[in-house]
Amino acid sequence: MCLGIPGQIVEITDEARLMAMADVSGVKREVSLAPVSDRPLADLVGEWVLIHVGFAMAVIDEHEAAETLEALRGLGEAQEALEAMEQGARAFDEPVREGAQ
Amino acid sequence: MRYVEEFRDPKAAKGVLAAIARVACEIGATREEPVRIMEICGGHTHAIFRYGLDKLVHEGIEFIHGPGCPVCVLPMSRVDECVEIAERPGVIFTTFGDAMRVPGSRKSLMQAKADGCDIRMVYSPLDALELARRNPDREVVFFGLGFETTTPSTALTIQQAARERIGNFTVFCNHITVPPPIKALLDDPHMLLDGFVGPGHVSMVIGIHPYDFIARDYGKPIVVAGFEPLDLLQSVLMVLEQIRDGRAEVENQYARVVPEHGNPVSLAAIADVYEERPSFEWRGLGEIDASGLRIRDAYRAYDAEETFGIGYAVGRAKVEEPEGCACGAVMTGRIKPTACPQFGRGCTPDMPLGALMVSSEGACAAYWTYGGARVASETEPAE
Repeated sequence: MCLGIPGQIVEITDEARLMAMADVSGVKREVSLAPVSDRPLADLVGEWVLIHVGFAMAVIDEHEAAETLEALRGLGEAQEALEAMEQGARAFDEPVREGAQ
Repeated sequence: MRYVEEFRDPKAAKGVLAAIARVACEIGATREEPVRIMEICGGHTHAIFRYGLDKLVHEGIEFIHGPGCPVCVLPMSRVDECVEIAERPGVIFTTFGDAMRVPGSRKSLMQAKADGCDIRMVYSPLDALELARRNPDREVVFFGLGFETTTPSTALTIQQAARERIGNFTVFCNHITVPPPIKALLDDPHMLLDGFVGPGHVSMVIGIHPYDFIARDYGKPIVVAGFEPLDLLQSVLMVLEQIRDGRAEVENQYARVVPEHGNPVSLAAIADVYEERPSFEWRGLGEIDASGLRIRDAYRAYDAEETFGIGYAVGRAKVEEPEGCACGAVMTGRIKPTACPQFGRGCTPDMPLGALMVSSEGACAAYWTYGGARVASETEPAE
């Protein structure tokens, strides 16, 4: 679970909170750019980053992104990360429960 | 050579395998007296099995699978505490999916959810914070676990919660760090290790210098590796070349992603929010000095240990591992997964008894999934 998955930054969504929309193998997910915010945010649009649990951890080049994705697919880790993103989106729709029965 | 054809560049892989065999012979490594290399990262363990690297390399190389799968080193007590927090009224307990099926002494989080607790799998701690914003009348708790790759994400989320003064969000911090267990293993006279393949994405955060002590104080080589099969093979070759040349250095095979000094923003966030615990408990390894993190006083409002009076810091009777479970011995490389009496019998990925069978990064699950006939043939003589 310590692996990051490559995604491409599409647009900055909330400059104050350092948030941006990323495209991860066709899935759109809002991510935090905080770990790579030691450069101007606008420069990150279009860049490839390694995303781990919703945070862009490193800027990587396109070639590295493609090879990393292929390696992750080989391990089934890419699918796992995409499923976790979808699962995470569903967490907001669950009804509030009252606790143990 | 069944798996080599699956490599992105089979020709390059064959070249590196030949070089590994050559250097292994030069050092005199044999099946009986192998060079023992520990891969620390659970992702590496997974890749080694997926591509059968342990069978492809020269027979004088033995991989020892390190304690690098966060859910696998989680003691049962921590799972019990998660369930206890989730059972409190008014709590929404959030966690990465990986932790859902880890057995506790009473139940797993999955079972607690089925029993009516409000437990939600989230992708990111930021999702947990968003749940807190949307449910101001609920206490949202996030289960913070994982190594240095994951630690910045909870640190940055806590900083964000503090900036927004969100009052109904806490983190149950059980983060752990990579270097201390390596030191513990090197100090163990029963562990005979010749070198290490270092974790890739953890090192992207911490850089390569936290491993300096391995080379300097213990005279062992370590090579930080990417997790493509070719990366791993090249790293094994680099470890072997160091041994052959009588060198002990920290080398970076994954420099295209891992900066020498790590990620400064992430390291600053970790230092701001967390401090070392004097000691922390690891499943199978016991107490290890300075191997866990806790939330600093400045952020105590976001500390679930403070809010609920539950957790490692609070202390309690130690929970024994289940009868017959040999996770500890497997974790320290003393036995192979197949030597565990429960392997494939009382413990399978569908019905895990021990944590090493839960995660795809656990050595037992990897053996089970990718071992196939090979595992069956290894276990039969013991029958």
